[in-house]
Amino acid sequence: MLFHNHSRARRAGAAAALAVSFALVATGCAATGEEPGEGGEGSGDANLAITFVPKNLGNAYFDTSDKGGETAIKEFGGTYDEQAPAEGTPDGQVSFINTLTQQGVGGLAVSANDPTAICDALNEARDAGVKVVTFDSDTDPECRDIFINQATGEGIAKIQVDLIAEQIGDEGQIAILSATANATNQNAWIDLMKADLTANHPSIELVEVVYGDDDDQTSFDKTAALLQTYPELKGIISPTTVGISAAARYLQTSEYKGKVALTGLGTPNQMRDYVEDGTVTAFALWNPADLGYLAAYAAKALIEGEITGKAGDKFEAGKLGDYEVGENGTVLLGEPYTFNKENIGDFDF
Amino acid sequence: MTQVAAPTSRTYRDYAQPLWRRILVSRESAVFVALILVIIVASVSVKHFATPITLTYLLLDIAPILLIALPMTLVIITGEIDLSVASVAALASVTLGTLHQSGMPLELAALVALVVGALAGAINGFLITVVGLPSLAVTIGTLALFRGLAVGLLGTTAVTDFTEFWKVLAKSKIGASAIPSVVIVIAVLAVIFAIVLHFTRFGRGIFAIGLSAEAAHFSGIQVERTKFILFVLSGLVSALAGIFYTLRFSSARGDNQTGLELAVIAAVLLGGVSIFGGRGALAGVLAGVLLIGTLGSALRLASVTSDVINIVTGSLLIASVVSTSVLAWIHKKRSAPNHNK
Repeated sequence: MLFHNHSRARRAGAAAALAVSFALVATGCAATGEEPGEGGEGSGDANLAITFVPKNLGNAYFDTSDKGGETAIKEFGGTYDEQAPAEGTPDGQVSFINTLTQQGVGGLAVSANDPTAICDALNEARDAGVKVVTFDSDTDPECRDIFINQATGEGIAKIQVDLIAEQIGDEGQIAILSATANATNQNAWIDLMKADLTANHPSIELVEVVYGDDDDQTSFDKTAALLQTYPELKGIISPTTVGISAAARYLQTSEYKGKVALTGLGTPNQMRDYVEDGTVTAFALWNPADLGYLAAYAAKALIEGEITGKAGDKFEAGKLGDYEVGENGTVLLGEPYTFNKENIGDFDF
Repeated sequence: MTQVAAPTSRTYRDYAQPLWRRILVSRESAVFVALILVIIVASVSVKHFATPITLTYLLLDIAPILLIALPMTLVIITGEIDLSVASVAALASVTLGTLHQSGMPLELAALVALVVGALAGAINGFLITVVGLPSLAVTIGTLALFRGLAVGLLGTTAVTDFTEFWKVLAKSKIGASAIPSVVIVIAVLAVIFAIVLHFTRFGRGIFAIGLSAEAAHFSGIQVERTKFILFVLSGLVSALAGIFYTLRFSSARGDNQTGLELAVIAAVLLGGVSIFGGRGALAGVLAGVLLIGTLGSALRLASVTSDVINIVTGSLLIASVVSTSVLAWIHKKRSAPNHNK
């Protein structure tokens, strides 16, 4: 047993080896580290050092949104940085928010891992003069200056109905493949879709809402069942990324490919194959790159004192145009984004 | 259960040396030296590091790890392991949140949460000592079981409404200093655990069990009882860490502190405790936790990303274990002729 072989020489050697390795690593890293804060290089008095704090690193969705943020920050001459925990935990995020506050960044763009747990850290940052924008996932409204909302329920419901109506010629039977029966978001969207169908698409008949429980296999099986139960079915809407990709996988190898339309909410990486081979014509989501881009411009407007985050404040966001702050300090990105064969190649998330 | 055949050539000249020399060259002091070096280097080269607020954030961040590392050290010295600690902390967090939400005063809810933690530890202890299952297997199981219960109780929702007084206390500092109040609790517990481990019969029993449970049994040590008590303590302190975390972040959630068990075990091993049992000191463990925490804090302030920080701490852990083993091997080679006489 090596561990029980005590010896003074060995221990002294171990002590030295350990100490040296720690020191080397610490100096090495410290020397290469850069300071993001420090007075916002370049643009007058405003500290335009803006750091993105996504839920975690190595997440393609946030890689896309943060790249959008970086593009915007380069446009207006600020300093971009990205810091986040390796895992999507609130305490990990708090450590980074505290650090960034100490470093004196001008603004933070945060996607919250927990609406309450990171509140104190964000408020300490704001007390120290840091402007806080949340995007994608909001905190409690009193903990940030502005929330960039990716889409409204109405917008999400409407685009899916519009897409299916367009794809099936505005008439015939459709069904919805949802997540779980008590999924709050999905249920709200389904109610809005039903209202939209009744009001604007009287020739479309919604025959059934089935639940794939956001499980790939269940969603796959429910798709098969739907197609067998309703031979006249012309389209399926799946307002969940798990559901739409499972349904597309079923359709791809079935006799219904190209005959039954499928749309809903999906991500380009999951849907690429199905769009390229024609199983799916178009689906919707928001554009995370635009979301990050807008968050960066909102942070800039806050830092420069152009807006304070109250309802009615207006600011300009580069190529996206002009925006107005709504109730509860929320800024809406806009209509959801439609992905199709022409544009899906531009996205990687 | 370790099967250490006492080497016939083993000498005890280490122990013949004066105390100050033994302390100076121990594995624990290597960690202390490394900690001090990191602090010095970071203070000089990392901007904003040498400020009181760094210390406040650092201690608040590592408080749950410091707490759970105390019983974990004792458990690992007996040659066992408890992987369920983070799940117990989450279960306590959810218990506290659910009961407080349903109208129970926070103090009482916290007490119930502590009892739940001790019970969870007792379940581990029962399966390990009475049923006789290996702790690795048992606590992998309860890691999933307790986490499942915690997530099941609250679902994806969170309880965020807690009594202001306790929320403020959890984040408060001692007087005008930069040191968080929770350090008092940690210090008191650390002293108690250190005394129990290093200065009592019970503590000597813990080391004896780690070296050889069989030999310990025949020396009159109540092996199973000792282990059972340690697992209950582990559950209890994990629950305390869960309560602190809940109040600090005002958030009781089923997925709180996921993965914390690995941070705790890494720090304990870095602090010089042998994973095979029988060897270790509480002071080294505390230094180990502080070392990992300080290094992380310095690297974050130097704008190093979290993936790199993980690589650095992981490499250090490996380096510390390897350096010990390699040097032991070299020493063995060198001194081999003597042993063969």
